[in-house]
Amino acid sequence: MTANSELTGLTLAQARDALAKGDTTSVELTGAYIDAIATARSLNAFVTETPEKAMEMAKASDARRASGTVGAMEGLPLGIKDLFCTKDVLSTASSHILDGFQPPYESTVTQNLWNAGAVMLGKLNMDEFAMGSSNETSYYGPVANPWRPEGDNRTFVPGGSSGGSASSVAAEIVVAATGTDTGGSIRQPASFTGIVGAKPTYGRCSRFGVVAFASSLDQAGPMTRTVQDAAIMMGSMVGFDPMDSTSVDMPVPDFESALTGDIRGLKIGIPAEYRIDGMPAEIEKLWQQGEAWLRDAGAEIVPISLPHTKYALPAYYIVAPAEASSNLARYDGMRFGLRVDGQDLTETYEKTRAEGFGAEVQRRIMIGTYVLSAGYYDAYYLKAQKVRTLIGQDFEQAFGQVDAILTPTAPSAAFAAGEKSGDPIAMYLNDVFTVPASMAGLPGMSVPAGLSDSGMPLGLQVLAPAFDEMTMFRVGGVLESAAAFSARPNKWWLA
Amino acid sequence: MREIPTNPDNLIAGETGDWEIVMGLEIHAQVSSNAKLFSGASTEFGADPNSQVSFVDAGLPGMLPTINERCVEQAVRTGMGLNAEINLYSVFDRKNYFYPDLPQGYQISQFKQPIVGRGMVTIELSDGTTKEIGVERLHLEQDAGKSLHDQHPSQTYVDLNRCGVALMEIVSDPDMRSAEEASAYVEKVQRIVRYVGSCDGVMAEGSLRADVNVSVRRPGGELGTRCEIKNVNSMRFIRQAIEHEARRQIEILEDGGKIDQETRLYDPNKGVTRSMRSKEEAHDYRYFPDPDLLPLEMEQEWVDAIRASLPELPDVKKARFMADFGLSEYDARTLVSDRESADYYEAVASGRDAKLSANWVTTDLFGYLNRTGINIAESPIRAEQLGQLIDRIVDKTISGRIAKEVFEVMCETHQDPDAIIAEKGLKQVTDEGAITAVVDQVIAENPEKVADVQGGKEKLLGWFTGQVMKLSGGKANPQAVNKILREKILGD
Repeated sequence: MTANSELTGLTLAQARDALAKGDTTSVELTGAYIDAIATARSLNAFVTETPEKAMEMAKASDARRASGTVGAMEGLPLGIKDLFCTKDVLSTASSHILDGFQPPYESTVTQNLWNAGAVMLGKLNMDEFAMGSSNETSYYGPVANPWRPEGDNRTFVPGGSSGGSASSVAAEIVVAATGTDTGGSIRQPASFTGIVGAKPTYGRCSRFGVVAFASSLDQAGPMTRTVQDAAIMMGSMVGFDPMDSTSVDMPVPDFESALTGDIRGLKIGIPAEYRIDGMPAEIEKLWQQGEAWLRDAGAEIVPISLPHTKYALPAYYIVAPAEASSNLARYDGMRFGLRVDGQDLTETYEKTRAEGFGAEVQRRIMIGTYVLSAGYYDAYYLKAQKVRTLIGQDFEQAFGQVDAILTPTAPSAAFAAGEKSGDPIAMYLNDVFTVPASMAGLPGMSVPAGLSDSGMPLGLQVLAPAFDEMTMFRVGGVLESAAAFSARPNKWWLA
Repeated sequence: MREIPTNPDNLIAGETGDWEIVMGLEIHAQVSSNAKLFSGASTEFGADPNSQVSFVDAGLPGMLPTINERCVEQAVRTGMGLNAEINLYSVFDRKNYFYPDLPQGYQISQFKQPIVGRGMVTIELSDGTTKEIGVERLHLEQDAGKSLHDQHPSQTYVDLNRCGVALMEIVSDPDMRSAEEASAYVEKVQRIVRYVGSCDGVMAEGSLRADVNVSVRRPGGELGTRCEIKNVNSMRFIRQAIEHEARRQIEILEDGGKIDQETRLYDPNKGVTRSMRSKEEAHDYRYFPDPDLLPLEMEQEWVDAIRASLPELPDVKKARFMADFGLSEYDARTLVSDRESADYYEAVASGRDAKLSANWVTTDLFGYLNRTGINIAESPIRAEQLGQLIDRIVDKTISGRIAKEVFEVMCETHQDPDAIIAEKGLKQVTDEGAITAVVDQVIAENPEKVADVQGGKEKLLGWFTGQVMKLSGGKANPQAVNKILREKILGD
């Protein structure tokens, strides 16, 4: 027997190797995580814990291993963001309107993970319908960041929308978690919690069975402790799916093999436009540090321009709500989830949606409805789509000169709960560095690179050309080694 | 809008002068396919409620549409039938509105870039003339489910079987000027979709239905405000609804009122149209490209292969029947009304007299089928059998009159004509000796009438012919009878 904390302290790659060597079993590992989850409920990272299911899956995994069948994720216990539909397991998108919804189907991404041998620990809290950057919009309450500045007893946000995923990985109560990224929902919380979060190219991961927020932007990805873990896990999530028309039929490379540690001769772009007004000095400093690390590793640093960057965020907050306003029309109380009866059909719709959706979701439905309305469509939606095209062209030109781009992941470290929840614009600004790549459908990852002055984690973002996740991981791996980020949150929730 | 000269026959006389109706139609034709447009669920008609609903159709979270290639092919075939441009690049949009029979909260349709562009349809009118009606576009879209208001005293039930079934919306130009033209257009479109096999065209089952946009104006004048009459589901109702709606609008205008642009419903029981919603209440559908679906791109070779597989279309077939078989426009039009009838006729006429064949098919066979309500596909008489009957007339085995009798028996017994002729001994008698014997008998029994004929009343010869035919059981060759009678009585 190995001590629980030793087991949960293993990275995904280490746990994989320990299982392979027979140093532990999936049942033992899963048991350790189930115990750890029970000690960390004050983080509110889970909406639904599925310990029985986890143990069943772990036993089945050990049996498979005994019979010689070992998948790429064999026996590894994961947390699943509640945006993924999981068969016969409550799937709520952290919304009241999906009360009691147990889908009769499994999302393709989670099915791929189970097919690779992974074990499900439960469903992770998130911003309602993935709308938020602090995990404060969940119907199931906010998620706490495992990190707190030294001597500060306030709760800090884990970022969002994949806040439960980020928090649970950072607190080591799951070996890794799935996230989804629409405008930065994997990368920003990864930065806030000192973990790795990677979003593949749009089209790599099937969206089938993932509750839709903004269909043209939504993309699943891994949230892990290391770059290697992310590469392993992403390999088991992606793949062509005929059930998703936007899924891309391309060979899946061995992402783990990208981690050569050698970036000599690679050209790394530093976009001038990401140096925004009012950016904290500590972010600027970290970015320059990152530049230096990559230069020292033999890369060539190239100043580049992405001229339409400043329009990306406003355009995103038109496109994403427009799609959301339509995607969320199906939550009408008629067939599943919450229904609040009214005098007639219209009132039933109104009451159901007024009660079922939280304030941020309602705000985005209103914005989206407005920008698609007759007379406003051209001025907002169509214009935003044009901006989106220009942003894509910016990146295309840039990737004519460079192999990858380095930027900060977020304009600040994690902030205290409640600090920005009254100011939607301040909240939206969290996504300023992540949104452009989302608009262009490009792969991007956040790598923990340092601590803020107050001792909170900060990440750097690596962006790569479409379908070149290999370069993203290669650069990310070097950045990770150079940063040698080893700080861990002090486990206050155990006290 | 194309300028169409005013036809005085189409004008409606009002209190204050003449009026002209201007109409455009939107036809919704359900695509013949086994599966729905964006899900694998079955499309079969008449199944138990909600037994043909996939998770996609039910709008469950995370479900995504994937296009059914067969439906795309059917839209292309139809576009070709409508002589229309096929757009190799088209886009699916979402049309957003709330209703319980629309689980997704939006209908996937095509708005700005439809799969089929401009086309042209030639309609045929009862006076033998034809007219060209412009087709603006054809686009693919999903049907909605069905709300059932009669299953519970206070609640509405929803059947989603139809939800997601592929429809082709065919939008015409406002080129029609009378109820007859409108129904002739619907008939023509119905014929075309049936020819190309893209829709069964059964209005009673809702697989073909029309929305009619009606306005009235002074002949050739400025266009009036239009009203849309929704979901008219029979040819008769289309004509009635238009006539009623035109009269309603004329009355309002002649009383000094103005027409409100609105959507109206036709009530076939009362024969009136009723307001459904006004322009102000019209939905803002917030169309935008469906981000779950990539633009639809077709390869030219794929489209060319579809064109090569198209059957001969009704207009071409009609022209060929007139040119090759020497048929009248009327007969040709009747015969090409559906593919089965045309094929039947061609089988009968093959190697035979084309006009005689046309007469037997259009008059006798279609007459029988119409009387009994039987479809040509279920005709009791096969084309070869009808051909054999015509052969027996031509080779003088039986007379035309006897042939009618044989035909009746064929309808009942499904037997070959030769078998019936043999069994009933209907073979025509051409043996002069046998006929002469009968003639002699009739002359002997009617000396006064013989004298009358010889005295100049030659018309009475017809009476003699009738008597001889009667006595021979109709089997005597009428020409032979006449010849012998003339010899015997008049010494010709």
